[in-house]
Amino acid sequence: MVDARRRFSLWKLPVTSPRGAAKKRGALRGAAESAEMTQSQASGGRDEAGRHTLFVRATHWINALAVFLMIGSGWRIYNASPLYDFRFPPEFTVGGWLAGALAWHFAAMWLLVANGVVYLVYGFVSGHFWRDLPRLRPILAYRLEWTTLTMHDGGAYNPVQRILYTAVVGVLILLVASGAAIWKPVQLQGLTAFFGGYDEARYVHFFAMTALCAFIALHVTLAFSVKGVLRSMITGRPPKAAASKG
Amino acid sequence: MRQEKRRPGPRLSQFQSQLGRIERRLFLKQSLSLGALTLLTGCNLRDDDAVDRLLWSVSRWNDRVQAALFDPQRLAPTYTEAEITRPFPFNAYYEEALAPVIDGASYRLSLSGRIEDKRPWSLEDLRGLPQTSQITRHVCVEGWSAIGKWGGVPFRLFLERIGADLSARYVGFLCADKYSTSIDMPTALHPQTHLALDFPGAPGERKYGFPVKLRIPTKLGFKNPKFVAEIFVTNDYPGGYWENKGYNWFSGS
Repeated sequence: MVDARRRFSLWKLPVTSPRGAAKKRGALRGAAESAEMTQSQASGGRDEAGRHTLFVRATHWINALAVFLMIGSGWRIYNASPLYDFRFPPEFTVGGWLAGALAWHFAAMWLLVANGVVYLVYGFVSGHFWRDLPRLRPILAYRLEWTTLTMHDGGAYNPVQRILYTAVVGVLILLVASGAAIWKPVQLQGLTAFFGGYDEARYVHFFAMTALCAFIALHVTLAFSVKGVLRSMITGRPPKAAASKG
Repeated sequence: MRQEKRRPGPRLSQFQSQLGRIERRLFLKQSLSLGALTLLTGCNLRDDDAVDRLLWSVSRWNDRVQAALFDPQRLAPTYTEAEITRPFPFNAYYEEALAPVIDGASYRLSLSGRIEDKRPWSLEDLRGLPQTSQITRHVCVEGWSAIGKWGGVPFRLFLERIGADLSARYVGFLCADKYSTSIDMPTALHPQTHLALDFPGAPGERKYGFPVKLRIPTKLGFKNPKFVAEIFVTNDYPGGYWENKGYNWFSGS
């Protein structure tokens, strides 16, 4: 029996897009790139076998839960006093009514911030950030194609992933900072002034949320369309390692 | 016949692993939808279920965090006359037309609880005390904000004048519109907290809380009671109209 996982190898991409020719070219380039990257694979975010460490997986899913609660309750809070001429459908919100949404928002924020602080400290101390995220130099020589995004071999993040995963950390920090400015416009009035004032901080908070939603849409789409990567974030087993074992 | 009877039927052991998989899948499905239900149904924070209890205790934790964040000397930013929001928005748990209309001449502010001199105050008495006024931002729990001007008696001065126990934990308010709320003593003693006798809007307009409102620029709008009829000082948590329904009690800004 042919193991389906075998299809995901360094040289063959899983069939996710009909644009075969472009994919092949991208795949070769991406493969060469990732072969170079695998040399520095054993870092804070991944173990020697290229697995996501338990730490990265745990913080990822805690963050996912916190972000789900924050966005769902945030939409409900937005609906109480919309900035634009629309409201979020109530069935896609968390909390049931304004007080419930606020309670969720101000509870999940501790989860988001505590998990985020632990992740950031770990990222700097362990070297996860230095090795897996900010090596942006190869991006300049990288052509953006669909395959660039779907190329997700067990080894290392590709340049586009590096940009997105770095940027989304920045977006989350912006969300926490603008949220604090809205929460405490008197006690943290310096921060509120930094965003241009109370009302302006609400707009910053809203657009940062929009950027985060755009990231999530792309991230989730790819997680489901690239074989093996969703499982690898749950079990830690990377697609490539699975293929070589299979 | 006999042979047919003897033919070994399907055995449970043959299907054990598949059954196990199905069970697991069902369990996951159920826990998923159970989780979704818990998250998405209304949380009024009064029901006795585990999620509401958890949210309630986090809200109490947030009270303590906000009390620790509160700097008794930090002033809320003030604004110029030109920045005042006009018309100033009306907001209450009832329609604008139902706002109480109170006769200023017969009005008396009642006092109770840990207060030495509980004699009621007339509007004239209150006008006889030193007056202050500020232009500050009113931030509503709904998210919107508006800049308004309020004037009246510094609340610390009033509390000292009536001999209130300033070491008590809470100051509570009962209002003519059947509203109620309560605040912490440090906020009551904040230099900008005042018993407002002058309101936004045109002179004579009563819907913003005439004759007496407590204006607290360091708290959300719903912590600023209008049409105040009685003030009491206590060590027992008094709650409030919205607070009892699940809004965060401290609600500082």
